[in-house]
Amino acid sequence: MTNEPPVSTKIDAADSGQASDAPDAPQDRIKDGINVAHLQRLARLALEPDQAQAAQADLHNIVAMIDAMQAVPTDGVEPLTHPLETPARLRPDRVTEVVDREAFQSVAPAADAGFYLVPKVIE
Amino acid sequence: MQGFQNIQSLAAGLRAGDFSSVELTQALLARIGELDGAVNAFINVTEDAALNGAKQADAELAKGTAGPLCGIPIAHKDLFCTAGELTTCASKMLANFTAPYSATVVDKLQQAGMVMLGKTNMDEFAMGSSNETSHFGPCHNPWDLSRVPGGSSGGSAAAVAAGFAPVATGTDTGGSIRQPAAYCGVSGIKPTYGRVSRYGMVAFASSLDQAGVFGRDVNDLALVLGAMSGFDARDSTSSEQADPWLEGLSDNPDLNISEPAKGTIGLPVEYFTDLSVGSAELEAVRLQLEGMGYRCVDVSLPHTDAAIPAYYVIAGAEASTNLSRYDGVRFGHRCEDPQSLEDLYERSRGEGFGGEVKRRILTGTYALSVGYYDAYYVKAQKVRRLIQQDFLTAFTKVDLILAPVAPTTAFAIGGVQDPVSMYQQDKFTIPASLAGLPAMSLPCGMHEGLPLGLQLIAPHFHERQLLECGARYQQQSDWHTQQPQVRA
Repeated sequence: MTNEPPVSTKIDAADSGQASDAPDAPQDRIKDGINVAHLQRLARLALEPDQAQAAQADLHNIVAMIDAMQAVPTDGVEPLTHPLETPARLRPDRVTEVVDREAFQSVAPAADAGFYLVPKVIE
Repeated sequence: MQGFQNIQSLAAGLRAGDFSSVELTQALLARIGELDGAVNAFINVTEDAALNGAKQADAELAKGTAGPLCGIPIAHKDLFCTAGELTTCASKMLANFTAPYSATVVDKLQQAGMVMLGKTNMDEFAMGSSNETSHFGPCHNPWDLSRVPGGSSGGSAAAVAAGFAPVATGTDTGGSIRQPAAYCGVSGIKPTYGRVSRYGMVAFASSLDQAGVFGRDVNDLALVLGAMSGFDARDSTSSEQADPWLEGLSDNPDLNISEPAKGTIGLPVEYFTDLSVGSAELEAVRLQLEGMGYRCVDVSLPHTDAAIPAYYVIAGAEASTNLSRYDGVRFGHRCEDPQSLEDLYERSRGEGFGGEVKRRILTGTYALSVGYYDAYYVKAQKVRRLIQQDFLTAFTKVDLILAPVAPTTAFAIGGVQDPVSMYQQDKFTIPASLAGLPAMSLPCGMHEGLPLGLQLIAPHFHERQLLECGARYQQQSDWHTQQPQVRA
């Protein structure tokens, strides 16, 4: 967790107020609106039309609030991914847990003969 | 449980034979039955499990070797998995979910002999500051039933305030223990990130989530936190840094505060600027702390204003990732008659999640999406480091930080509709969460009939200084002994 890849120059450019290769500046994104339908697809989240309309307005305000942090200079600052920055703990490569399939599948909406049932994927 | 009774007085009563654990449990179940219709602190009261646990505790107590928590009832936030009992996370998504295993926290407290009374109400998936996003209806503040108890662990705070349980577990991602503790006039602690195992806690934002406890006073917090803490190989982020003092508290429950107080307490100027509610009460706290021997000085945490934006990016991003597991396939809500696998995913999630959860998922998805990842997610992580660095710099000069918990007292149910305004509720609690620091909320006054809280923040793994300072404060104040009159 501590061995994060180096930060791209793109963010440094954004920090210094220069154009980055992000699609557009935060202000333009807000002005142009947030594509809720695209986000819904990415998140696999169905919304009723009135919910999608409300989400559009809410996200506009939330992203505007979030964009306040763009003003904070962060040149040369390493991202903090874990509050204690402890290295990922490793253990011997041995089987230590046995999956109780029956117990885990007892809470599945639809399971049969050890399989989870879903709509047909391949014709 | 009439009047102020902390764990030590209840444990003494159990040992003196004044009452048994079964009788204590029955009395609390009766009080819950009488009054929780008005408060809605519980999603599920686990009466059979409670009485069975109390019987076992009485048998242990009869042997004469039981620890101080044996036979003491406790309520668990409905986010801790409990084998054999529902764990709903206050969501339609998990309304019928029974986990096949228990959280480490639940196991440890059960091993200490504690008796689970039930599972408490909360904001759905712990996303909220008012307990209003619960699928099972809002929880009401026992001090004024028209007001919120705070959130997300509102049910746990309300259960302790209403005298339904002497202690209750909670979780804190951005303030979800400290803010409801302040609103309900009880004590609450969020320990250092990694101090308590997250195994079996339903995940919201994994780099922020941390379990903690609500109680009547600091001694109760110390006792239960001591029993909850410790390394757990089943949580990959569990800290291996042991604290024999904390973990040994259950053998020696008295905090040693007989020595005069030493140390310096910092008051961050950014937290007190424009503070409209509670500034006079916090000034009184400062004078009391100085009277005990602490030196109080101003400190600066200059990136405080950037904490809420950074938090809502990081917590949203982690939530959108963690909540991708709810797909209608392996557990949780599944839509009727799915036409395809995509339809199954989209409608199951659309039907199973409430409005605030959807907002957080969409916010996180936006922050993680192509083209925006660096500008939002990486930027927020850089701001997170600056915020943590502010604290680390301050802690080179001071031992603890004293701050407000929330900008207001408990607000009216339905009184804050706009999500961005609701997010401002956490402005004083989020910075310590981003930094992974231990922090505590204690009652410190009343404002127009509603409780106010003070917040103490300590360096990583310095829970002892936090608890001892809090215990000293409660030796010289009685705000924590005040209780509301709850009417059905």
